[in-house]
Amino acid sequence: MKVSIGGVSMKNPVMPASGTFAEETAQIFDLSVLGALVTKSVTKYPRMGNRGPRIAETIAGMINAVGIQSKGSQVIRETSIPFYQQFNSPLIVSISADTADEFVDLAQELSVPGVAALEINISCPNLEDDGRSYAMDPTQTYRVVDYIRKSTQLPLYAKLTPNTNAITEVAVAAEAAGADAVVVANTMLSMVIDVETRKPKVGNIMGGLSGPCTKPVILRMVYQVYKKVGIPIIGCGGICSAEDAIEYMIAGASAVQVGTYNFVNPIGMVDIIQGMKEYAVRHRISSLSDLVGSVCVDEQTRIDKAAAY
Amino acid sequence: MKLLQGTVLSNTWVSPRYKHMSIHAPEIVEECKAGQFFHLKCSDSFSPLLRRPMSIYKIVKKEGEIHFLYLIKGEGTKCLANMHQGDQLNMFGPLGNGFTLQTEWHSLLIVARGVGLATMAPLIDMATKQGIATYAILSARTKGDILSADYMKECGAEVVSLTDEDRDSDVEHVRKMVENVIDSKSIDALFTCGSKRLTNMLKGISLQRKIPGQVAMEENMGCGSGMCFCCVKPFNRGGEIVNLRVCSEGPVFQLEEVMEL
Ligand SMILES: Cc1cc2nc3c(=O)[nH]c(=O)nc-3n(C[C@H](O)[C@H](O)[C@H](O)COP(=O)(O)OP(=O)(O)OC[C@H]3O[C@@H](n4cnc5c(N)ncnc54)[C@H](O)[C@@H]3O)c2cc1C
Ligand SMILES: Cc1cc2nc3c(=O)[nH]c(=O)nc-3n(C[C@H](O)[C@H](O)[C@H](O)COP(=O)(O)O)c2cc1C
Ligand code: FES
Repeated sequence: MKVSIGGVSMKNPVMPASGTFAEETAQIFDLSVLGALVTKSVTKYPRMGNRGPRIAETIAGMINAVGIQSKGSQVIRETSIPFYQQFNSPLIVSISADTADEFVDLAQELSVPGVAALEINISCPNLEDDGRSYAMDPTQTYRVVDYIRKSTQLPLYAKLTPNTNAITEVAVAAEAAGADAVVVANTMLSMVIDVETRKPKVGNIMGGLSGPCTKPVILRMVYQVYKKVGIPIIGCGGICSAEDAIEYMIAGASAVQVGTYNFVNPIGMVDIIQGMKEYAVRHRISSLSDLVGSVCVDEQTRIDKAAAY
Repeated sequence: MKLLQGTVLSNTWVSPRYKHMSIHAPEIVEECKAGQFFHLKCSDSFSPLLRRPMSIYKIVKKEGEIHFLYLIKGEGTKCLANMHQGDQLNMFGPLGNGFTLQTEWHSLLIVARGVGLATMAPLIDMATKQGIATYAILSARTKGDILSADYMKECGAEVVSLTDEDRDSDVEHVRKMVENVIDSKSIDALFTCGSKRLTNMLKGISLQRKIPGQVAMEENMGCGSGMCFCCVKPFNRGGEIVNLRVCSEGPVFQLEEVMEL
């Protein structure tokens, strides 16, 4: 079950997705069973987050517009990082910022003992590019990842957004700038309206779609990115079972993150890890890594042709 | 908090819109407190995907039972309504902070409307067991929706029911009744759930008369256990506006702190 993602060794390839996991989870199961722990995105200074309602359910999914409510990096350094030390799983701290300078400050502040890697959330709207996110554009991605890369020794995981028509180019840019892995992907920009009141169902008007309805789209992105980059891919989007996680690995992911399903089944990640072990036994696979990118595609329907769709 | 499978003992219509469900879950009853809730998985499929928050309506420790009283509103509660005796219900809880009672209190006034009635019933039970008198003003659309009045009386409350169909449930009328009860019964604390307008009215009285109050709040939820920050609302805590999670920092809040409902 062991995997190594950008120099971080994990006992299995399953970890929580940022923002869907916190210290409270430790009251439900022993966090040491997880491949890694991933914090909610941290900002430099405390942030209030968006006005409510922040969540709306959709068919087989949900839209959230939490807007990164954060206690600020200092609190995380003093409370969360020490808290997670008691567990025998590497800690990945997710950081989010409005400017490249702020990302660098955060990376420096959080490159402390107890942190195994930084996940850089470049998929949220920023202030430097008219509210677009860095990961919508390869040039911006290169610029910000390169800048952060020079400020820390820790492995960097770049979290990409599906809200771009250039996911492979963005992933290639992240790799070129020195990212050690890419997380594919964050939520999809979306909207729901209450037809009785004609009001959007989340306070922020738009929000990010997550959950099982997004899986085929994100899986396709993992497949495309796998063809173009050499660094490990962490698949994230709609995973609700061991089969979903395995499917992502076959498409090209070396590890997976579970988000929305944690709300549906608070011990979901434990069940997924168990199910993956059983799959490996059933298919006589000695290492799950053998699955990565093993999708059977005949030459005729290779990626370049399929991309014509 | 635990994740457990409860067994449905009964699930019966108590009015055209509400059902009463009793669950056998002996491993959890000792932990449960009035004002807390469970996050219920209403179906095994992805539709509906998320859990539904439901207040504890009744705790029967001796029999190991937890009860819910719920309004059939949309898909989730429709799925709950379709459960039968013997079915397993996937429950996560108890969650959140319940109501708190001060030892020096002698009498409480409870004002509840709609689904808020369910949340208030176990509070009355808890108060009576501590020797505290309770007066309840209950409001609903129809007489049929005032479901927990009998159970509340059984628990020891003096109950008045108001309904939209009888045209005696408007806020001004309730305000007068509240002021009368406060004056005649020397009320020590106010409790409410289920109506924005009634909560605002009661907050005004609480501030004006310096009577402490507690309110059980509702907000759409993701995790139900403090992790996702989806259920956040702004509160006024000591003059400072703070965003608090209804699921874990509530659902019971001090009335004076409430801003947006
Ligand atoms: C702490 C708490 C305790 C509650 N206790 C009770 C109770 O004892 N009895 C009762 O009848 N109802 C109670 N409710 C309300 C109940 O959770 C909603 O009626 C229920 O979630 C509706 O789901 P639905 O699928 O039937 O309706 P839909 O309207 O189709 O639900 C759509 C989405 O909105 C959410 N939602 C809708 N209404 C509410 C609401 N009022 N609060 C939170 N989320 C909502 C649902 O969870 C779902 O995600 C409580 C709510 C909270 C927050
Ligand atoms: C409530 C909520 C909060 C989230 N917060 C963050 C966040 O702070 N940072 C981040 O990079 N992603 C955040 N995400 C996105 C998830 O990490 C994940 O990428 C997304 O939900 C897709 O995975 P899923 O379909 O398994 O949920 C959040 C998602 C949800 C549902
Ligand atoms: S519902 Fe997740 S924090 Fe309250």
